[in-house]
Amino acid sequence: MQLFDIIGPVMVGPSSSHTAGAVKIGYVAHKLLSEQVVKAEIFLHGSFLATGKGHGTDKAIVAGLLGMQPDDVRIPESLEIADKMGVDIKFSGISLKDASPNSVLLKLTGKSGRMLEIVGESLGGSIINIAAIDGLSANFSGDRPTLIVHNLDQPGHVAEVTSMLSHKSVNIASMQLYRENRGGNAVMILECDQEIPESAVEWLKKLEGVVKVTYYSLIPTGGSL
Amino acid sequence: MSYRLLREILSDAQNENLKFWQVILNDNCRENRITEKESFSKMTDMYIAMKEADSNYDSKAKSASGMAGGDGKLLEDFRKQPNRLIGDFLTKVIEKAVKMGESNACMKRIVAAPTAGSCGVIPAVLITYEEEKKVAQDRIIEALYVAGGIGEVIAQSAEISGAKGGCQAEIGSASAMAAGAVVYLEGGDNEAIIHSAALALKNMLGLTCDPVGGLVEVPCIKRNVSGAVNAIVSSQMAIAGIRSRIEPDEVIDSMKRIGNLLPECLRETSKDGLAITSSAIKIMENISS
Ligand code: SF4
Repeated sequence: MQLFDIIGPVMVGPSSSHTAGAVKIGYVAHKLLSEQVVKAEIFLHGSFLATGKGHGTDKAIVAGLLGMQPDDVRIPESLEIADKMGVDIKFSGISLKDASPNSVLLKLTGKSGRMLEIVGESLGGSIINIAAIDGLSANFSGDRPTLIVHNLDQPGHVAEVTSMLSHKSVNIASMQLYRENRGGNAVMILECDQEIPESAVEWLKKLEGVVKVTYYSLIPTGGSL
Repeated sequence: MSYRLLREILSDAQNENLKFWQVILNDNCRENRITEKESFSKMTDMYIAMKEADSNYDSKAKSASGMAGGDGKLLEDFRKQPNRLIGDFLTKVIEKAVKMGESNACMKRIVAAPTAGSCGVIPAVLITYEEEKKVAQDRIIEALYVAGGIGEVIAQSAEISGAKGGCQAEIGSASAMAAGAVVYLEGGDNEAIIHSAALALKNMLGLTCDPVGGLVEVPCIKRNVSGAVNAIVSSQMAIAGIRSRIEPDEVIDSMKRIGNLLPECLRETSKDGLAITSSAIKIMENISS
């Protein structure tokens, strides 16, 4: 724990796990979609479902999806703001397998039709983990620039990505690989120490065998607001 | 964070001929590779956010559950009573602690210190100190480093979350942090600072986390008051020369062990304690209907 985790963070209450953490999950999801959310199906699990209302978890997640950060004073009005923007939002309960108590499944559609499905969990003290992306396992906190590459499980893709990063002088802090089954869909998740240039992300998207590239940047975009 | 013990902070302070708060400032700069100025300005931002939260208190706001809201106004009005029992300083502390706790429950912007549930303790004490004692804001910022240093040691060697250690870890930690900060402001030495923290923490040992409906409202808001008042009382004892008979780091250690022994039903799960009383059940029924 760092000093400013003890004196701080500045956040909208009441709960660091059920409010601030929930905003962060929504925010990371919005950044991963990388365009304005027009439709969001929100499935609350466990304690998010049981005590979420009293903690404003619903408002918090939507605020994040609109691009707000945990200290944004507009969080309590996020549902009205989303409504005015014409964002289609639907809440329901769900029981996710092997999920932590404060979890949410988000099915998002963006302005251009791009879709994204993530499972986010709030681990306490406003620390979060993204546990799945588009049905495949994942594991990252949103505290570093993160590159997510969905590709066909063929030799060579990891090398392509890592050599591109080294060429751009981006240092990899952690790297994970998951796959559905041999030769099927695979995903690699790279948490980096530096931001990855947009052109490099675009270049990756064009590679053969790469199905989808998602990039989480720490640079605030100001969101869709 | 390199400090697991309050004693380590004290020995670094002595060896490097620094004040308690400077040791924590330096540590923060080393860890985050930032300058003293950057760190100090970030801490100033935290304090300004606390003051904004205090002055933005909305007496009409109600929490989503309907349990919280309006009590800060009752205390504000009562402050004008000429024959009240408690003096000006503590009267203000009590009022500010309730207000901050209520603001948090009503989805206002607060500063978690160390947690959102305990966000009222430190600002209630420090903002009142600045207002009543008319000290420069920078001295309060220095005191926040003292509070932060104590909090970091507790986080390292014990817990600061109700789910892990019960409420002693939240309100108890906040109270210990504030208790040390006040001693610093009052000119006490480093020994008095850590003993003040120890005295405050001892009074909170064993406190359970049993919030009604799992919401950060009952008993949380009013516990911020007891944490804040306890901090001030403990600081006065320490400045008067009273020492904790139990070594401060051992008090923190005890809190850790007690937290581990607390059954899960009393660690933020709302499965026992106040959360299952008939009053609580009635409140929850009203909310869901
Ligand atoms: S009772 Fe639990 S939730 Fe409330 S302040 Fe204490 S530790 Fe936090």
